[in-house]
Amino acid sequence: MNVFISLAAVVFLFLAGLLGAGAGLDALFGIVIPYIAIFLFLGGLIYRVMIWANVPVPFRIPTTSGQEKSLPWIKQSKLDNPSSTLGVIGRMALEILCFRSLLKNTKTELHEDGHVAYGSSLWLWLGSMAFHWSMLIILLRHIRLFIEPVPGAITFLHKLDGFLQIGAPVFYVTSFIFPIALLYLLFRRLGDPKLRYISLVNDYFPLFLLIGVGISGFWLRYISKTDIASVKELTVGLMSFRPVTPAAISPLFYGHLFLVCVLLGYFPFSKLVHMAGVFFSPTRNLANTNREAHHANPWDYPVKVHTYEEYEDEFREKMKAVGIPVEKE
Amino acid sequence: MTLRDLLQEKKTAIVERWLEDILATYASDASSFLRRERDPFANPVSHAFRVGTRAIFENIVEGLDADTVCRHLNEIIKIRAIQDFSPSRAVSFVFLLKKAIRTELGNDIEDRQLSKELAEIDTDIDQIALFAFDIYSRCREQVYELRVNEVKRSVSALMGRFTGNDSDPESLPGPSGGNKSSGNPKPDSLPRLSDDDGLSGDSSSVRGGKK
Amino acid sequence: MTMAKFDEPGYYKHEDLLKVDYHPPRTGWMDTPVDFRPGTYIYPGKAKNLKYLDLPNPRNWAVTDEDWKLQENWKEIVLDGMAERLRRYRTFRLFMDICVRCGACADKCHFFIGGGDPKNMPVLRAELLRSIYRKDFTALGKILGKIAGARELTYDVIKEWFYYFYQCTECRRCSVFCPYGIDTAEITMMGRELLGLLGLYVNWAIEPVANCFRTGNHLGIPPHGLLDTLEFMVDDIEEATGIKVDIPMNKKGAEVLFVTPSGDYVAEPGIQTCMSYMILFNEIGLDYTWSTYASEGGNFGLFTSHEMIKRLNAKIYAEAKRLGVKWILGGECGHMWRTMHQYMNTVNGPPDFLEVPKSPFTGTVFENARSAKIVHIMEFTADLIKHGKLKLDPSRNDHIRVTFHDSCNTARGMGILEEPRYVMKSVCNNFFEMPENTIREQTFCCGGGAGLGTDENMEMRLRGGLPRGSAVKYVQEKYGVNQLAAMCAIDRATLITVCDYWAPGVKVTGISELVANAMILKGEKKRTKNLRLETIPGAEEEDTAQGNIEHLETIEGMHTTKGGSSNE
Repeated sequence: MNVFISLAAVVFLFLAGLLGAGAGLDALFGIVIPYIAIFLFLGGLIYRVMIWANVPVPFRIPTTSGQEKSLPWIKQSKLDNPSSTLGVIGRMALEILCFRSLLKNTKTELHEDGHVAYGSSLWLWLGSMAFHWSMLIILLRHIRLFIEPVPGAITFLHKLDGFLQIGAPVFYVTSFIFPIALLYLLFRRLGDPKLRYISLVNDYFPLFLLIGVGISGFWLRYISKTDIASVKELTVGLMSFRPVTPAAISPLFYGHLFLVCVLLGYFPFSKLVHMAGVFFSPTRNLANTNREAHHANPWDYPVKVHTYEEYEDEFREKMKAVGIPVEKE
Repeated sequence: MTLRDLLQEKKTAIVERWLEDILATYASDASSFLRRERDPFANPVSHAFRVGTRAIFENIVEGLDADTVCRHLNEIIKIRAIQDFSPSRAVSFVFLLKKAIRTELGNDIEDRQLSKELAEIDTDIDQIALFAFDIYSRCREQVYELRVNEVKRSVSALMGRFTGNDSDPESLPGPSGGNKSSGNPKPDSLPRLSDDDGLSGDSSSVRGGKK
Repeated sequence: MTMAKFDEPGYYKHEDLLKVDYHPPRTGWMDTPVDFRPGTYIYPGKAKNLKYLDLPNPRNWAVTDEDWKLQENWKEIVLDGMAERLRRYRTFRLFMDICVRCGACADKCHFFIGGGDPKNMPVLRAELLRSIYRKDFTALGKILGKIAGARELTYDVIKEWFYYFYQCTECRRCSVFCPYGIDTAEITMMGRELLGLLGLYVNWAIEPVANCFRTGNHLGIPPHGLLDTLEFMVDDIEEATGIKVDIPMNKKGAEVLFVTPSGDYVAEPGIQTCMSYMILFNEIGLDYTWSTYASEGGNFGLFTSHEMIKRLNAKIYAEAKRLGVKWILGGECGHMWRTMHQYMNTVNGPPDFLEVPKSPFTGTVFENARSAKIVHIMEFTADLIKHGKLKLDPSRNDHIRVTFHDSCNTARGMGILEEPRYVMKSVCNNFFEMPENTIREQTFCCGGGAGLGTDENMEMRLRGGLPRGSAVKYVQEKYGVNQLAAMCAIDRATLITVCDYWAPGVKVTGISELVANAMILKGEKKRTKNLRLETIPGAEEEDTAQGNIEHLETIEGMHTTKGGSSNE
């Protein structure tokens, strides 16, 4: 059920972009909606980040995944249980760039002879890495559509991504990895009853949305071969706040663009904000210096305690009887 | 070809199916985990089932040995006895073997000779189901025993003062003690299958571990 | 229709035989209400305990009651409580927002592994709260409702929370595998705080809290009772070692205040651990004191609310100040160390009246405890052993083949992994590790932490204990392991049960007990009995025969279990 709702929504959105632009609403889909989407994306993201940033971290509660810093002769696990800012940066970098926690999924095999072997259970990690990294590269590749002249680094990235040149246009490796990784993530969600049980529309919708963006982008690049020059005219126009809608752009492009806009607008209000949220996670971004330095709770308040005086008042006679020293005789 | 040969031949398929059917008694989201996760430490439940079902089946084919069967039954039932199953559901997995054998053998069992032999196998399975019932009851008794022992242990120091200097919970009054006697029974205290004993088993010897 | 006889082929085609449907009915998780089955839930907190602590809505009620006697405006209370916590805890707010339901945590929970209830998947445990959060605190949830994963807060939801938030041991294993570090312990703590606003507590947690508030320890032992208890241990120590140790109690001006969980005062085998501390301190001549007022290192407030952590924990620094000690030493405990390490300095510190802990025997300054001024007994002991300050005879522990259970809280809330191993390897010749994905930061819970260690939910605990139990059984069969060491008072109580059921024959011990048994004490008598007052195998000429028989029995027992499931 959740799957079909999500799929139907994405198909509907795509057709809306496609047909809407075809019906002469290209100004709406080419100018108005992109501006709204960017506004929602930036505004929403800032709003979300501000909310998190404004919520205090009352306690220092890192999840320690290795040996603490203690006696000098015991080797500390500086990345899994960092006690310095540098260590935290390292831990976060590994987490954000390499999805280190997913790498921890170990698997044991018990052989007939009782011998135990360990391996990693890497599929989820591989699928996520492939998806996220190819998405990043594709995004960076798109920069050339927005900036003139195209920065050298971006050109280099294009060359790198297109190293498997098998004719024209250049085939980018990521164009394939991106949808394949997404399909893997989708089928994983559908195939494992455990995951299907926990999955919501909130999970399927962004997946279909991204798949839609990926496939329509693929189509534009390799099959219908969009007029890049006109597209660039549109994007540069948007960037310079002098928007135009070149006539040579196909409705298919508007379908693609509309899905991207929906994604941008949806992003800050969905689970996709994990992109920004991961930086704020207190179990990962705090150093384990709990006993070494004082961590203050900004909203700390006095609580009712049972004082020693009250305690001694209740038990004084009994304490004296067995010779435990007391404050008041 | 005798039925036993046939069963031997189709062992893997039958045992696989049996295991599948057992795992299917769990909620589907859990059973997929149980089925897929092969790590014995990340998924001890299906590891125990996998090892146990195979051993029990082999034992049936090679001739029932009560000690061995009970030992392996114990590993499976121990788990099911503390999960969300009614007593009948907890031990019903034994009968699923009948179903697995029939499904895997298909039309072969219509042969009159084979079906007679199958009746013997069925009797063995029924016997195993009775063992299962014994073991299940004992596991449940053990759960209650563990509860009692825990309470006793938690006050063992205090109790020690009333019963002399002995703070050993085993010596406290009650149905049985702590660590030692609530452990699993040694195989020799499990029911034995003998010719005249037949289906009934010896219930007094099943109560386990207390000498 | 007549049934065919069993030796007729027709019988075997009898359809009914095959028709039994073992598949449970399937409903979405939001529509599956809780079934409170005895053996799986914990009894509710009694009115007298709530009253004593000034907690809301004190009344006596039963989990199986239809009506839980909540306040009239319970819904408002919960939602206000959520709003307040969303403003106060970044963890809560963030963890409500960023989960992508990737499922990495799903099969990491010991309750899910051992029981198979999908709501014990950490992600779903959090969704129990998240669905309400979406409905009342997010725009999409308000508009789209169920499609956006939101649901109404109903009475059934409260019951479901009570069931599942007291089916989480806050062990944080899932949080190790989460790519965003989402910590189910935080979620559970929030869930329990919200339930607390309605007066919904479990008695096994709230009674110790009330006891601790009044008498200083969870068990409610009054000061004279505590002294009495320790005196009994002194007698046992004398019987085992021939040495009479002192009990410095509420002694002003001592160098060190020693705090340990009260489980060690009365329960086996915590008693032996406690005796071992006394032996160790006496032997090295540590100037320390016990305290009757701060006679609890543990803190069941951690299983109740953040406020309660602070209320109970306040005694530690207050007592250190009153007695004028220099620093604090803490015993073997799990959740005590989560509190001491991650909360104490924040809620009641910094204790500027104390000094930076420094071992008077080795001169080691415990830099990592520079601010909180509390040192773990294993850090302290490892340092002593490293500097050769203890005379040890590990061969006294030769009949013990030991493995180590990392306690959740010390592993994932502190990271003290190597110190206990170093100590154990120094005092035992036979030390064996359990499989890699069941130890250190991936350690499995005993199934009884976070206020779950009572007996009425025994089935649930045994399910939760299965992953740990099976790892123990593995080393038992492979290496003949016969003792499981753990530096946690709850472990020392609950793992005995887990082992009895899943790996019978394996006993549970504290680490300090192994140390004290191996220590050669100044002026000791010939050590023929260990601290459990059992004869040490092969230790005494007269007892050799007896010892050998016992020893043989152990080996034989091992052998039987070994044969037990080698048939794979």
